[in-house]
Amino acid sequence: MNVRTDNPLSAAWLLLFLAWLVAATATLSALFLGEIVGLPICSMCWYQRIVMFPLAIILPFGLFPDLDRRLIRCGLALAVPGLLLALYHHGIVSGIVPESVQPCRQGIPCSETVIRWFGFVTIPLLSIAAFTTLVALLGAALHRSRS
Amino acid sequence: MKQKTLFVVALALLLLGFALAVLFQTAEREGQDGGMTAHPEALVRMHAPVLGRPDAKVTIVEFIDPACGTCAALYPAVKEMLAQHPENLRLVLRYAPYHPGVDQVIALVEAARRQDRLWPALEALLATQERWTPNHRPDVEQARRVLAGIDLDMARLATDAADPAIAALIAQDAADARLLGVEKTPEFFVNGRPLPSFGLKQLETLVEDELARR
Repeated sequence: MNVRTDNPLSAAWLLLFLAWLVAATATLSALFLGEIVGLPICSMCWYQRIVMFPLAIILPFGLFPDLDRRLIRCGLALAVPGLLLALYHHGIVSGIVPESVQPCRQGIPCSETVIRWFGFVTIPLLSIAAFTTLVALLGAALHRSRS
Repeated sequence: MKQKTLFVVALALLLLGFALAVLFQTAEREGQDGGMTAHPEALVRMHAPVLGRPDAKVTIVEFIDPACGTCAALYPAVKEMLAQHPENLRLVLRYAPYHPGVDQVIALVEAARRQDRLWPALEALLATQERWTPNHRPDVEQARRVLAGIDLDMARLATDAADPAIAALIAQDAADARLLGVEKTPEFFVNGRPLPSFGLKQLETLVEDELARR
């Protein structure tokens, strides 16, 4: 499984591939926590899902049959708003964004913390990590694929 | 085509990981009994309304949210089961006030209980749910209008519904629901056993199973 990284095209391909890997992992994890574990899904989480799930589906189309820059741009168009949403969500959870501007209704407040691993890892934080990685990988892929 | 191989292997690994996690989680859930072992006392309280003979050998405990559509849809089927086994089956009602604002409607049901009209009140509300729960938002005034049609002393109902004792009862039920891991409504326990998975068939099977014992 030796992918040539000396070639700029290959490096970009690998970056896009990693971005897809992140998006697919995030998608499957979100589905697992929501559908199998049965955690409540607040509206902010839904907005982030709206941009994350398509990434897992469309990015492979930029990998095959050949690297396609347009799909990297498409990916950024989804990942950047996703990152902003995740940051805003984290702001609600950590109390930086005041209560009154919370967009959530219907019994599941977005400020509720349902998971806290190692004392600080919350779902919005994982979302920030995933979207930041995606923006970085896609940005780098776009840069490396410039001919 | 090393890139294609890499992609296919990665996809296969991801899906395998997902499938394993699902299997693991499902197995773990089946091993649990919905908090029953840890909190058996939370299942039935003295204050809980009972329908059927007190000495019935099988007890269905139902956690119900009067504003929940599935609760309303399944209620006639539960009544039907009770009618089929009048000697051996009884229903204990617990409230799961999960729709915001539904606690006020439950307070009306409990107030009707003080006029010995709990079951007619509950059944009238379940039958007309769409009228007083537009877009899943319980409207206590509309609920009051429904109850005005079933022969209740409405002035007394209003006074009783504001009794802190009723609010305390609803809060106790909500706390017990949480202890027992009731996350969705309706939730059933048959002689303390939770449904293996949600569904009317599963409920019927569990009831038949318990009835066949001894």
